[in-house]
Amino acid sequence: MSTLLQDLISKGLLIPTGVDGVYGRGGVFEDVLLRFDSYISRLAANDKADVMRFPPLVTRENFEKSGYLKSFPHLAGPVFSFNRPPADHATLLERVQAGQPWGDMLEMTDTVLTPAACYPVYPTLAHAPLAKGGRLVDVLSYCFRHEPSIDPARMQMFRMREFIRIASAEECHAWRDQWIERAGHWLQDLGLPAESAVANDPFFGRGGKMLAANQRSQELKFELVVPIANAEGPTAIMSFNYHQEHFGKTFGITQANGEVAHTACVGFGMERVTLGLFKFHGLDPDKWPAGVRDRLWG
Amino acid sequence: MDNQIRTILKQHGKLGSDAMSLAEDADLYQAGMTSHASVNVMLALEGAFDVEFPDRMLKRSVFESIRNMRAAIEELTGGR
Repeated sequence: MSTLLQDLISKGLLIPTGVDGVYGRGGVFEDVLLRFDSYISRLAANDKADVMRFPPLVTRENFEKSGYLKSFPHLAGPVFSFNRPPADHATLLERVQAGQPWGDMLEMTDTVLTPAACYPVYPTLAHAPLAKGGRLVDVLSYCFRHEPSIDPARMQMFRMREFIRIASAEECHAWRDQWIERAGHWLQDLGLPAESAVANDPFFGRGGKMLAANQRSQELKFELVVPIANAEGPTAIMSFNYHQEHFGKTFGITQANGEVAHTACVGFGMERVTLGLFKFHGLDPDKWPAGVRDRLWG
Repeated sequence: MDNQIRTILKQHGKLGSDAMSLAEDADLYQAGMTSHASVNVMLALEGAFDVEFPDRMLKRSVFESIRNMRAAIEELTGGR
């Protein structure tokens, strides 16, 4: 276990559950996270994004359509439940009691845990062409990634605040690029020395190596990174993604001129930013630098 | 070899134009091949030519054109 994780737990900032990467959040941790969420809302108020909040689920139909399983089958969290005759109930309980596998007695439901906060948004935009100038949407959701880890910055469920631009290729690209600098300043103002880097998603398998190389060579993904608790390198606390026509084509989203919409999104890893603040300023927010406190609590 | 590559492109490349008549240096991504389609092309080439592309070849430029794919396969098969 990393020293930072031990310290976070002993201070009550994170509450262990017995499964790596799944924690309760203590009051002080949660307060910092919510203050950071408000900080984003204040700074982005003039953008006038349309706020949407979804439960941390996507429909299985839209999840299958999204192509997520082509890229990240190892991270997916489909919801399963018991849907058998009452006669089988006793068998289920016997198996649980005996410590035997019981997954094969369940069946898939119509929902999957949200893999990224923007996923529920795209299907809702397919009904009519976008207005001229496209859309800007603001989402926040718990997201699930099946990747148990003892790195406190790699949680299985975490919150992601995202802004999503749905417009032309040029508009999405320019919007994504200006956000890298903009968000970099916001984080630096909180004492986080975030640096930008070209990045790739953790695609599955050998094909995934190629997808990752393609993504990097086209500079589709950037991250802002800071050192938190991973010995192998800094941790991404934000990502800036340009999806080209992927979601537009997949869900049938069209621009005002009838062309397929392009999309881009900018995501804040809310727990990761919070962890970064504790890492850089110490575990007691009362003792954080005045400038940082003013920006979050002022 | 070119014909085999073209047949695989036709099956897996999701191209907007005819794989059988494309110029050998035509940019396949421009012709409509998506990243996921290029992965399927890569896997089909491995099966057809009994090769395994090393990590250094799993990148965009290698699968960008028929010519580049042929060069990569020739390098791996040593002209066998």
